[in-house]
Amino acid sequence: MIISVASGKGGTGKTLVATSLALSLKDKQKVQLLDCDVEEPNDHIFIRLVISSSDAVNILVPQVNEDRCTYCGRCAQVCAYHAIAVFSKTVLVFPNLCHGCGACSHLCPEKAISEVGREIGVVEYGYSGGIEFVQGRLNVGEPMPTPVIRKVKEKANHDSTVIIDVSPGTSCPVVQSIKGSDFCLLVTEPTPFGLSDLILAVETVKELGIPCGVVINRAGIGDGKVEEYCQKENIPVLLTIPLDMEIARLYSQGMSLVEGMPQYKRSFEELFDRIREIVDERSRCLKW
Amino acid sequence: MKEVVVLSGKGGTGKTSIVGCFAALAKSKVLVDCNVDAANLHLLLQPVMREKHEFWSGQVASIDEEKCTRCGLCQELCRFKAVTNFTVENVSCEGCGFCSQICPAQAITMKENMAGHWFISDTRYGSLVHARLGVAQENSGKLVALVRQKAKELAEKMGIEYVISDGPPGIGCPVISSLSGASVALLVTEPTLSGIHDLERVLDVCHHFSVPALVCINKYDINELNTRQIESFCEGEGIRIAGHIPFDNTVTEAMVRGLPVVEYARNGISRRMEELWELITASLKK
Repeated sequence: MIISVASGKGGTGKTLVATSLALSLKDKQKVQLLDCDVEEPNDHIFIRLVISSSDAVNILVPQVNEDRCTYCGRCAQVCAYHAIAVFSKTVLVFPNLCHGCGACSHLCPEKAISEVGREIGVVEYGYSGGIEFVQGRLNVGEPMPTPVIRKVKEKANHDSTVIIDVSPGTSCPVVQSIKGSDFCLLVTEPTPFGLSDLILAVETVKELGIPCGVVINRAGIGDGKVEEYCQKENIPVLLTIPLDMEIARLYSQGMSLVEGMPQYKRSFEELFDRIREIVDERSRCLKW
Repeated sequence: MKEVVVLSGKGGTGKTSIVGCFAALAKSKVLVDCNVDAANLHLLLQPVMREKHEFWSGQVASIDEEKCTRCGLCQELCRFKAVTNFTVENVSCEGCGFCSQICPAQAITMKENMAGHWFISDTRYGSLVHARLGVAQENSGKLVALVRQKAKELAEKMGIEYVISDGPPGIGCPVISSLSGASVALLVTEPTLSGIHDLERVLDVCHHFSVPALVCINKYDINELNTRQIESFCEGEGIRIAGHIPFDNTVTEAMVRGLPVVEYARNGISRRMEELWELITASLKK
């Protein structure tokens, strides 16, 4: 089963929930944690592990062999990203604009274009006390996180319970991270900002056809509108974590909630059981 | 005209609450919300929409079922894994058009994609340029570049002194689009290990694009040890700390009432916000 942890708004507690969920389950089952927030991956801080190996993430960019090139301009014509420009006696490639689709090299009538890898990030692996961990890390200055996210997700181990930590927002990196999940947990806070972004996140998971449930973090600040919304939309609130300075302090030190306050372990186990029930129920309905 | 962009790396450190205060404090400004997929600034500024425009961006492949011979070539060649069972999954399609070029049956066409809307609105603090990316759309960077451009044009036309942008979290394309060419970036962080880790990365992005940075430590009193660590890190990097803001629930109370905190409470928080804005403007006058 794949559970993704998303939010819309940043800083609501995705990392707290993803890491504590993984740590709560690890003694009973195989757990894999994938940190797909490749722009700002933070799970490693809370899981405290040594990265044992890594792979570069490359996107293939064109390299033109000018001995063969006839400057016909076909490559520039097919490139949707304006990443290659052909002049009368030269070809310019702009690697930062290239998405690595491969159209130019495939369609070059002279077979003058080969592809070379350009590193845009890394995927790192580690293992810590029963949790298999994979994280992506986008290189600073690179705009496109999605190839790194795709690479992390390729490592998903389908024999395990897979927990995916997602970046904030609702745009392409988020969609790339959560698609294919069996369930999406949306972590929010009971404030106008939290609610506004929760609504957008719900629209996104609905678009992808993924069932979702809500975790309300810092309950006690703000107002009651998130709960009203969930009730009205029939979205289950699966866990409520109160506003508690002790939790904030643990988080600030890079200590996971279930390690710092072991009484929460039971809550996360129950959270998992509820998710399992919802997913099983849904697959029974789909079979019918 | 000077452009101030507020970034953080990590989400939820308080960017929007701070920009809301700057909206109330700065005399001559245009506001921009560069969070096009999860915008919040409007919840503090209560805009009244003046203009609404469509944002068309990129293309999406579409397979004509009747012409498709199910040869599978598109599926095999698509690097974005956007074709499954001879249909295109819109959210994965990056609009490269490769499939439409190679389809032997010419069954694939590229369709223009309406990716969202952008708006110019009036608020009691001045104009706000903002946008709404469609659900599960890409090209947020282009939309960010567009709203920034519109805000700068507006500011120039009206002889306005500051463009103030509420930036997105992360370090990827919408952040780069919000940042490049700005006069100064205010990096809002919090004294948590995650906050520090993310600050270091977003600061590297500022260096990469040669935008001068200032740092503000929000909720600095949650962990004063970490606050000192941020201070010494910034000192080592030669980055000025422009403000320390304590944890205070009035920020959330103000948000619930739809107000920037400087307009909601005259307390310590308000004074810190005023000092922060003064320091930023002073740094831009040098």
